[in-house]
Amino acid sequence: MRTENQKAWFFVLPVLALVAFNALVPMMTVVNYSVQETFGNNQFFWEGLGWFEQILRSDRFQAALGRQFLFTFLILLIEVPLGIIVALSMPRKGFWVPVCLVLMALPMLIPWNVVGSMWNIFTLPKIGLLGYFLNDVLGINYDMTQQPLSAWITVIIMDVWHWTSLVVLLCYAGLVSIPDAYYQAAKIDGASPWSVFRYIQLPKMKTVLTIAVLLRFMDSFNIYTEPFVLTGGGPGNSTTLLSIDLVKIALGQFDLGPAAAMSLIYFAITLLVSWVFYTLMTKDDAQ
Amino acid sequence: MAQIKLSNLRHSYMPAPKGPEDYALKEIDVTWRDGGAYALLGPSGCGKSTLLNIISGLLTPSEGQILFDDRDVTALPPDQRNIAQVFQFPVIYDTMTVGENLAFPLKNRGVDPAMIKRRVDEIAEMLDVTDMLNTRASGLSPDNKQKISMGRGLVRDDVNAVMFDEPLTVIDPHLKWKLRSKLKELHQRVQATMIYVTHDQTEALTFADEVVVMQEGEVVQIGTPVELFERPQHTFVGHFIGSPGMNVLPCEAKGDRAVFEGHEVILEGPTHGDGGRTDLGIRPEYVGFGDSGIPAHVTKVSDIGRHYVVSAMVGNTPLKAVTEHSVPEPGSQVYLQFKPEQSRVYRDGWIATEERAL
Repeated sequence: MRTENQKAWFFVLPVLALVAFNALVPMMTVVNYSVQETFGNNQFFWEGLGWFEQILRSDRFQAALGRQFLFTFLILLIEVPLGIIVALSMPRKGFWVPVCLVLMALPMLIPWNVVGSMWNIFTLPKIGLLGYFLNDVLGINYDMTQQPLSAWITVIIMDVWHWTSLVVLLCYAGLVSIPDAYYQAAKIDGASPWSVFRYIQLPKMKTVLTIAVLLRFMDSFNIYTEPFVLTGGGPGNSTTLLSIDLVKIALGQFDLGPAAAMSLIYFAITLLVSWVFYTLMTKDDAQ
Repeated sequence: MAQIKLSNLRHSYMPAPKGPEDYALKEIDVTWRDGGAYALLGPSGCGKSTLLNIISGLLTPSEGQILFDDRDVTALPPDQRNIAQVFQFPVIYDTMTVGENLAFPLKNRGVDPAMIKRRVDEIAEMLDVTDMLNTRASGLSPDNKQKISMGRGLVRDDVNAVMFDEPLTVIDPHLKWKLRSKLKELHQRVQATMIYVTHDQTEALTFADEVVVMQEGEVVQIGTPVELFERPQHTFVGHFIGSPGMNVLPCEAKGDRAVFEGHEVILEGPTHGDGGRTDLGIRPEYVGFGDSGIPAHVTKVSDIGRHYVVSAMVGNTPLKAVTEHSVPEPGSQVYLQFKPEQSRVYRDGWIATEERAL
């Protein structure tokens, strides 16, 4: 005999309606644009997968995608190990714990565009504190508005400054949950500091680390505001990441069809890479 | 394996302790013989875990020395003392297999791989975990995890002592008994000095040859389970061990008699000392019923299976008696008889009667 009824669906309806309104409907609009050509006046012409093909074949998209992957790869490479190291060296008890936690949380509380502006003003040659110091005091030729390398270094350092804290806080949460007995047992077993890290701390941090890597991947892969405010994608196209390029196509050139196709490709890549990450990182537990 | 001697040991968690109340451990002098099975018994917060951590080297005492076979190890870190410790919650290296877990302490000490394999197989066999050697340790049940953490201690054949810090806390009741007998069996096989910390008298009394009872940072009595039961040196021991605990009844002491609620009670022997607070201590097991004796009013009778616990009032003092038959009715008037050789006077908590020479 069936004892359950279908009433539960009724309660889900409001949420469903809300999600449909703010996610599904706009998403479908994008899908709609991506397969059609429009010249205004609400006139649409069927384009099929033409835009997708055009985007995927274009050098401009491939270059932006390459820059995007390079950026994400570099910041993960720096932020994850750095975050672990900082978390390991933070105190576990006492007066300095809240101080460290607040200091760590501060960068994350600053809005994206403010971070961009801060770093812009900070690093401008001649007038920025860092720009002036590097150029006029240390004599290093640094200009993020003119040199692609300087611009890249600045964008990456800015992201590391802004988001390493997230990795630190997540790892720290994992670390403080390890009971003292583990460290005491390791001492008695004669484990080296490396063994303690490898066999106690790292396994206990694994879950939070998976979340940290995923969050940092998704955020950095979709990053827009900070590099846009800092460099505007320049000099030239050197720091034009995918989202910056997308906005240029959609709102600058008003090419709605290609922009919509690009959004969908962008979304699919983010989803696919996240899924691969997650599957790889949790593969061990399933065994 | 070694004899362990604690001499004038004191410990305080405060940087500048003033009075004795600032010490978590007050003046401990104990010698534990090589190969013995000992229990440290006491209520939570009595300092037994502190003492254990001092022996294992996780804590350095404020004062005093720890000697392993007359070698001073007070300043040595845990890994150089060659001790093993099993914690309240099983400590397992999650990413390793059971076999790797057991091999870990040997690997860290650079033992030869062939030797490691031999020892691991030997210990696995002893613990009945041979068929689990290649499984991941993280999925084991708590009792098996606890076995593995025990095994990590026993795998080194040069351990001076194995210490257990309330190791059965997270184990299901029906497995506790099994694990406890395993432990006893292991002790007989490996002959290492074992120190077992617990607040559970059953665990302590069944495991140990000798029990150290602690209270508020002090050792109140060291003795075999029988000694602790038969002749408690302190009212705390009498009360803490036994179920129900010893009756502690305010009285006046007069030579080899005590006067309790106006009734004279014959003691095991003459009392010594003067002044202070005097109490009559007698276990419920040695309070009998008869046709004459101390009149009492029965307030409650509880059937606890093997026997009955009778609660009664003598004047204004409540006491308990244990009986197997001839159970009085609640509300009835009875006469109590105290067994003289089990009636003692305690002065300020400490025993103050002498055993009469036989």
